Amino acid sequence: MEARDFLALTPMLIVTGTALFVLMLDLFLREERRGWLAGLSLLGVVAAFLANLYLPTFGEPLVQGMIRFDALTQFLNAVFLLGCGLAVMLAADYTRRQGIARGEYYCLVLLSTLGAMLMGASADLLMLFLGLETLSIPLYVLATFLRKNPASQEAGLKYFLLGAFSSALFLYGIALLYGATGTTKLDGVLQGLSGAMGAAPGLVLGGLGLLLVGLAFKAAAVPFHSWAPDVYEGAPTSVTAFMAVAAKAGAFAAFLRVLAISTPALAEGWALVVGWLAIATMALGNVVAVVQLNLKRLLAYSSIAHAGYLLIAVAVGGTGALSEPASAGLLFYLLVYTLMTLGAFGVVIVAEGRGENLSLEDVKGLAWRYPWVGLAMALFMVSLAGLPPTAGFFAKFYVFRAAVEAGSWGVVLAIVGVVASVVSVFYYLRVVYYLYLRPAPAAEAPAAGGQAEAEAGRPVYLSRLAAWGLGIAAVLVLFLGVYPTAALQWLTEIAAAAMGAVP
Amino acid sequence: MELVWVVLILPLLGALINGLLGRRLPKRAVSGVACGSVGVAFLFAVNALLDLLRLPEHERVFTQTLFDWIVSDGLAAKFSLLLDPLSAVMLLVVTGVGFLIHVYSVGYMGEDRDYSRYFSWLNLFTFSMLLLVLADNFLLLFVGWELVGLCSYLLIGFWFTKPSAASAAKKAFVVTRVGDFGFMIGLFLLFATFGTFDYLNIFEEAPQVLAYGGALATAITLLLFAGAVGKSAQIPLYVWLPDAMEGPTPVSALIHAATMVTAGVYMIARTHVLYELAPLSMAVVAAIGVATAFFAATMALVNNDIKRVLAYSTISQLGYMFLATGVGAYAAGMFHLVSHAFMKALLFLSAGSVMHALGGEETDMRRMGGLRAKLPYTSTVFLLGSLGLSGIPPLVGFFSKDLILEETFLSGNTTLWLVGLAAAVLTAFYMLRSHFLTFYGKPRYDEAKVHPHESPPVMLWPLFALAALTVFGGVLWISFLNFAPFEEFLKPVFEGGLLAEEEAHPAAALSTGTLLLLSVLAAGLGIFVAWLVYIRGITVSEGLRRAFRPLYTLLYNKYYVDELYTALFVVPGRKLAEFLAGAFDQGLLNGIVNGIGRIIDALGGALSRVESGYIRAYAAWMLAGALIILIYLYLR
Repeated sequence: MEARDFLALTPMLIVTGTALFVLMLDLFLREERRGWLAGLSLLGVVAAFLANLYLPTFGEPLVQGMIRFDALTQFLNAVFLLGCGLAVMLAADYTRRQGIARGEYYCLVLLSTLGAMLMGASADLLMLFLGLETLSIPLYVLATFLRKNPASQEAGLKYFLLGAFSSALFLYGIALLYGATGTTKLDGVLQGLSGAMGAAPGLVLGGLGLLLVGLAFKAAAVPFHSWAPDVYEGAPTSVTAFMAVAAKAGAFAAFLRVLAISTPALAEGWALVVGWLAIATMALGNVVAVVQLNLKRLLAYSSIAHAGYLLIAVAVGGTGALSEPASAGLLFYLLVYTLMTLGAFGVVIVAEGRGENLSLEDVKGLAWRYPWVGLAMALFMVSLAGLPPTAGFFAKFYVFRAAVEAGSWGVVLAIVGVVASVVSVFYYLRVVYYLYLRPAPAAEAPAAGGQAEAEAGRPVYLSRLAAWGLGIAAVLVLFLGVYPTAALQWLTEIAAAAMGAVP
Repeated sequence: MELVWVVLILPLLGALINGLLGRRLPKRAVSGVACGSVGVAFLFAVNALLDLLRLPEHERVFTQTLFDWIVSDGLAAKFSLLLDPLSAVMLLVVTGVGFLIHVYSVGYMGEDRDYSRYFSWLNLFTFSMLLLVLADNFLLLFVGWELVGLCSYLLIGFWFTKPSAASAAKKAFVVTRVGDFGFMIGLFLLFATFGTFDYLNIFEEAPQVLAYGGALATAITLLLFAGAVGKSAQIPLYVWLPDAMEGPTPVSALIHAATMVTAGVYMIARTHVLYELAPLSMAVVAAIGVATAFFAATMALVNNDIKRVLAYSTISQLGYMFLATGVGAYAAGMFHLVSHAFMKALLFLSAGSVMHALGGEETDMRRMGGLRAKLPYTSTVFLLGSLGLSGIPPLVGFFSKDLILEETFLSGNTTLWLVGLAAAVLTAFYMLRSHFLTFYGKPRYDEAKVHPHESPPVMLWPLFALAALTVFGGVLWISFLNFAPFEEFLKPVFEGGLLAEEEAHPAAALSTGTLLLLSVLAAGLGIFVAWLVYIRGITVSEGLRRAFRPLYTLLYNKYYVDELYTALFVVPGRKLAEFLAGAFDQGLLNGIVNGIGRIIDALGGALSRVESGYIRAYAAWMLAGALIILIYLYLR
């Protein structure tokens, strides 16, 4: 290990250290001081975020060829840490209300984030697998965090069993590639590919196909999505919010790394397979979301649908270099998706009292009682639907534009994407419709039989931390919608800086 | 000069603060934020002007890119500002006059329930107008153009519980929209021709790209002019401005007299390079301008509503400005814009002071009269404004209006000049008529109920400031002494055009001195007639009265233009809308949309049933998916 190895690992080490410290501190804290845990976790996340931004990047793989700390890693880490930070802010009060505010919660969230960071930074297929597992195992535990709730237990078990299944396929894919090329290093695989395609094409094709399946499962792409709605609905909402963001971002980070070897080997085959996955995902996600009346389920299908748009960028992504429009678009989309999905789930989190499963009926007229919360939700919905002046518009715009530039298959994908977005407008705006245009239950009739809660309308539990979290997400969604160049410029700048760092 | 963005950002901050927090702030803080932001912006604008003056004449163009707004292939929209003499003049007018009107509003709107909402919108308007004049490309100009339209809509309908105010706001919005439609097509044509929205690029390339007098140049300029016709209330789209008087009076002063309605004039002055390539468009601009100047003046002759007289007068004066730009005298047009901003803001605010004195919303001059003794200050400044607008020396209006008439005459078009001169007679008459009706004669208001009182100092001081500008503003450009700092300042913007080169005018049939005398005589004639009728009380013989009865009725009913538009556009439009909403939309389109929706709904229901909840089923799906992918890859 050299000094620069440690330098490159610093953000991850900070996250790991924070996770362990939080777990330990929990033992010595009295019940009413549990709030410190969230604050401490946030502190760690911020420290890792800053370290990540200000550390120098390196062109070549580090830590014996396992890890890359390049511009791509840097941006991905920023997205993961932003998502993790917001998820912690939104979870703090919710977990307290649910009686699950234990130290393990934050520890697991942080470790899962570490897994995503490892995936994004991996220069080796085994490191990719390790990252995938480090990401997933805490999520399995988190899904069952409402121990006394059967739905939560079911969610955790389903996620675990299917996840194990997909991990096995993924690992099998790595084994096949190792068999074909004699190495698990991504650089090495790339070099050995042309020879291996001649000698043993079966191994290469099988290996890459299984890698694709494993990642598609994590990204919840159709037909590997079936776990998502059940798990999203059953898990505690704060976990769902984090899961929807972390697992998906991690998977797409890995996609960007794998692109470097898969596109040369499969050529148009890759674009075609991933493209069909994208089409199936967009179609099914959006169409089924239309009939969902349960908010968490609706957002689950919405997150499936968004995996479809992201897959378009993967399909036309070329070699995954940051300077390519598709990769830049994918990263911008990931950032925006993180913000708007966490925001939307965040509103569900604060609107949820004690674990009841909210349906659209429950948020009727909410915007009139809590104008700021309602406005934020409307903003997130508009952004998810991809309408200006929100960031969601430019996220879709850049991905679709990259697709159109990539040729005729890309044009087909972009058209399907646009049609799917039109469908999505229906169910996103229906949420806004319920928020604003349906009278609150209190105004209709005192049908609830004198229940105080029904009289005043459903309350919103807006703690200061959650308000800050929602506020940050909303402001960023709006800011990137008015001025997307801010993020894009940063993307190109770090790409250029990384180019310069390559010896 | 680098700080010019501060001028823009301050009113926006004020609007945000008052809009978001205003309800919780004390009134003093709200007015402090509103007036302070515009006042400090004015100081920064003065600073920018001084910076410009320090530069050599031909380097007085400063662009500042705040950020890249939209970056895409083929369209690069920058959020960037352009500071040159032309925008500096507009900057000073908007912030300077705007500041005075903000201060006046503190008194005028003091009792209003929605104090903070009012100031937040007024600040937002100031920001939008500054954006319009500071934009360095057509796209940003259009953003400002639409934003001022929105603010105008919001402020006309400020008292939205009053049906007449709400419908006036709607009318203003819809009528200007007609012009904006043309304006937008003009912008699209510009972009299609030049591939950019940047002023400086377009103006540089225009002489090469557009043929002189060609169809394209004419089309672009006429379409842009359509937008100006709507925004600046010219024939045939002037109908919204009189109704816009439903808004609070300071709003009428700021938006519908001093600044927003002059946006069209500014736009043409800004794009004069294009207009000079299209002589036909120039002629149209001049013709519409002078026609509006005359017809609006005739409508002002018989109106009894003090604010509406001022509104028609505004339309008429805007006509003069278009006349000036139409004959290529851009600097003169801009000068009249500035001088009109002083005088008309003064007149509107004095009218507001009269209304205030009479206890609120009384605008009918038939129920005023004899207020001179009760409102000595208001009466004096109103007289100054009236005389200024009539063109009596040495007030600023004399210099600016005379300049326009002179330039028109020198451009060789005697008909335009004659009509303009006739309108000047009418102007003097209707201005003094409203002054006499309001302040002279016997009180016609209910003396038992209303006790007029002079306005508080916070309203009077802005009036004095504007009165001072009206009296001394003329020194900016004394044409007959060849003392013209205003023209000198604007020269770098307007030279290089085709017209500027033919400095030697065709041999003038009348000397400058004669022209000067004629326009003063015209003003004097109008004033004299007003004096005869309303002070001396000359009664006209019955025969003459009967002979003029039809004309009076026609004018009183504003040529029945509103009725005509209702019959021509509003009624058929409503019929069409009813058809579209009923048979077409409900029946056909809604049917299709609902049909698709129902299909998707059914599909979604069917697909969601696939979610059985059994892990074995899910695993089977995954396996099937994996197999399909692998089989495809192997068979490929």
